[in-house]
Amino acid sequence: MGKKLVSLDHVVFNYEGSDSHAINDVSFDIYEGEWLAIVGHNGSGKSTLAKLLNGLHFASSGVITINGSELTQATVWEARRKIGMVFQNPDNQFVGTTVEDDVAFGLENNGIQQDIMAERVKRALMKVKMDAFLDQEPHHLSGGQKQRVAIAGVLALQPDIIILDEATSMLDPRGREEVLETVRELKEENVLTVVSITHDLEEAAKADRIIVMNKGQVHREGSPIEIFRLEDELIELGLDIPFSVKLSKALQKTGLDLKNDHLTEEELVKELCELHSKM
Amino acid sequence: MMDKMIFGRYVPADSAIHKMDPRAKLMLVFLFVCTIFLANNVVTYGLVAIFTIGLIILSKIPPRFLYNGLKPVFLLIVFTFLLHILFTKEGEVIFEFGILNIYEGGLKQGAFISLRFTFLILVTSLLTLTTTPISITDGMEELLNPFKKWKLPIHELALMMSISLRFIPTLMEETDKIMKAQAARGVDFTSGPLKDRVKSIVPLLVPLFVSSFKRAEELATAMESRGYRGGEGRTKYRQLSWNTRDNLLMAALVVLAVLLFLLRS
Amino acid sequence: MRITLEDVEYRYSVNTPFEHLALHDVNMTIEPGTYTAVIGHTGSGKSTLLQHLNVLLRPTKGRVIIGERTIRAQKKKEKNLKSIRQKVGIVFQFPEHQLFEETVEKDICFGPMNFGVPEAKAKELARIALKQVGLEQEILKKSPFDLSGGQMRRVAIAGVIAMEPDVLVLDEPTAGLDPRGRKEIMDMFYQLHKDRGISTILVTHSMEDAARYADDIIIMHKGTVYQKGKPEEIFSKPDQLLELGLDVPDTVRFQLMLQREMGIRFARPSLSLEDLVADIKEAMERGNRL
Repeated sequence: MGKKLVSLDHVVFNYEGSDSHAINDVSFDIYEGEWLAIVGHNGSGKSTLAKLLNGLHFASSGVITINGSELTQATVWEARRKIGMVFQNPDNQFVGTTVEDDVAFGLENNGIQQDIMAERVKRALMKVKMDAFLDQEPHHLSGGQKQRVAIAGVLALQPDIIILDEATSMLDPRGREEVLETVRELKEENVLTVVSITHDLEEAAKADRIIVMNKGQVHREGSPIEIFRLEDELIELGLDIPFSVKLSKALQKTGLDLKNDHLTEEELVKELCELHSKM
Repeated sequence: MMDKMIFGRYVPADSAIHKMDPRAKLMLVFLFVCTIFLANNVVTYGLVAIFTIGLIILSKIPPRFLYNGLKPVFLLIVFTFLLHILFTKEGEVIFEFGILNIYEGGLKQGAFISLRFTFLILVTSLLTLTTTPISITDGMEELLNPFKKWKLPIHELALMMSISLRFIPTLMEETDKIMKAQAARGVDFTSGPLKDRVKSIVPLLVPLFVSSFKRAEELATAMESRGYRGGEGRTKYRQLSWNTRDNLLMAALVVLAVLLFLLRS
Repeated sequence: MRITLEDVEYRYSVNTPFEHLALHDVNMTIEPGTYTAVIGHTGSGKSTLLQHLNVLLRPTKGRVIIGERTIRAQKKKEKNLKSIRQKVGIVFQFPEHQLFEETVEKDICFGPMNFGVPEAKAKELARIALKQVGLEQEILKKSPFDLSGGQMRRVAIAGVIAMEPDVLVLDEPTAGLDPRGRKEIMDMFYQLHKDRGISTILVTHSMEDAARYADDIIIMHKGTVYQKGKPEEIFSKPDQLLELGLDVPDTVRFQLMLQREMGIRFARPSLSLEDLVADIKEAMERGNRL
């Protein structure tokens, strides 16, 4: 595991006018280069958590440390440069009138020189494969394309961490795949740390680590294999388990002698093959 | 109905006019509006016509499209023309029709004013047809920049305008969706007594407001998370460039103005 | 009520540079009491198609026959569309965006009362509809804007159900919901379909839902019907779907992988996890005998 980039220490948060804790005594760390999935049903507090990390809300008590410095009103702008966010609704985060303007928006805010800006905009758009759409207006783009532009907007600022706050939940399957593929490639290319907040368990299955949120608290934390072993517990929390895990369990129940938990369908097929040849 | 409106609509094409600096276009339109008032006889109106037609050809906007889009305005022009014919009593009577007399002066004045109106509409439409709204905003921001000295919030105004422009298509789409959803629940937006139709606006406006507020809130959050904190210390991505092309067209306009000045009666 | 589309074509923005052909040569019949899934990519014409089912759009060519009424492509204004719209209810994507009244009760009553149902009866319908979507009666007096996202969705759906339509058109009704919410809503629509015999037309991206609930599947591609048939027929030719860039249900995809890797053949596509488990078991045992 890489070095600790972010740590949350007993963080509590209440929305104004509400007496229950939206986030209740949450502690965990985010490590450099990992893909962390934070899952939970709607209303489990997972999106509030994202906003706390980006200084869009401030903890009522507890401490959030980013790269060694505590997140406060004074350090918030620095934190926002280090942690980029992609939100749920593709339309409501597209600020620019065209693709390139939108990617440049964050750079403009940070006072980057024009020539460097042009270079970075182009490079960021190439990384998300949207460079052919430079001067397109947002209403001509699909949801998946808009989200990729949003990712480019984050990349252009060269952050340490990218937070995807349910960034695929409003997309069609093709758009979802586009966005996840983009994120996967980015993660492989460089040391970008990804935090994806989601209720899509297929998406979470690809992460290195999963945190399950429930009622504002960390319910479980572990590797995808550990988490999906919980099965019924997850379903009770309003979540689901990946198809391959479901199938593997069902097959085992019928008496097939499968050894492993299977996070991907390929693994399951492989083991079935072996079993088949042995029979 | 909405499809045919061309006001404020941008039609992409690869033309000299499209490529002009928006500042040049804005100034050109502004000066053209002033210049056209110099025209007062057949020759000068002819020159203005040639200039306007020249611009339309350069812009590569299909004239048919212009014609269709401006149809509602043409009605207004015809109306103005008729008013002048009926109420201006100058020069010789060239037509007598019972109590109705048509004077030469009326005909001339009516024709000239209608033409002037037509040219104005055509040239201003060309501006919006060939320039993306955001370029117009950029051009205006640049042209108005000197006023920042007097603490006018030029950056904020420009940003507000560009965000509004960005969201116009989104809100149009949204309006359409909500109208359809309510129509599916039995609201009749198009017929029935006026009272009912006014009432039918409520199920449209309330959801539209609610969603616009939600959008505004989310957008503000997204902007903040991307480091937006006002105009100070901000750089600009879009750079405008004034080229020979712009000089040439400005020069053409100056020539037109001089000719009009010399040839007017 | 039967709905038939004959040679339907639809163009947006006719006679402008933005003219765009959204549907062409669409022929289909939705039989009364059936459950039909319409699948296809964004932009395949699904949304345009469903708006023809209750005359929110009128074809630019061809005709749509809804029960007794025939809607043709012509300039003349159609009168009395309300009776059609009462019978064919549409739940649009993100239906919570259509809420506007002060209370949940008023909002659910809005549809029925527009169609001439007296207030007392409408309130009765609202209570039934609310129960149907799995919400407590207490929220009737609440403002819809004080509810959670999932509750708002259910209230909006109740508003359509309370119209007592014969046909229910669902456009991605579960988009954005979490897995539990998704399953509850889909099961609820299925129950409604079974109990009241409502013809249901589901526009969806989820092949699982199409396989699980639908009697018939229609695949839209580039503005026209590419294929229609029973789920078993449609998913027995998965290559065609994959070629269009569409998914197949997880179970079918897994069968394909097994066929490729192990060389075993399945007689039919498995459309549920239980079927797949049984089929795999059977195939493994068959392997044993070899």
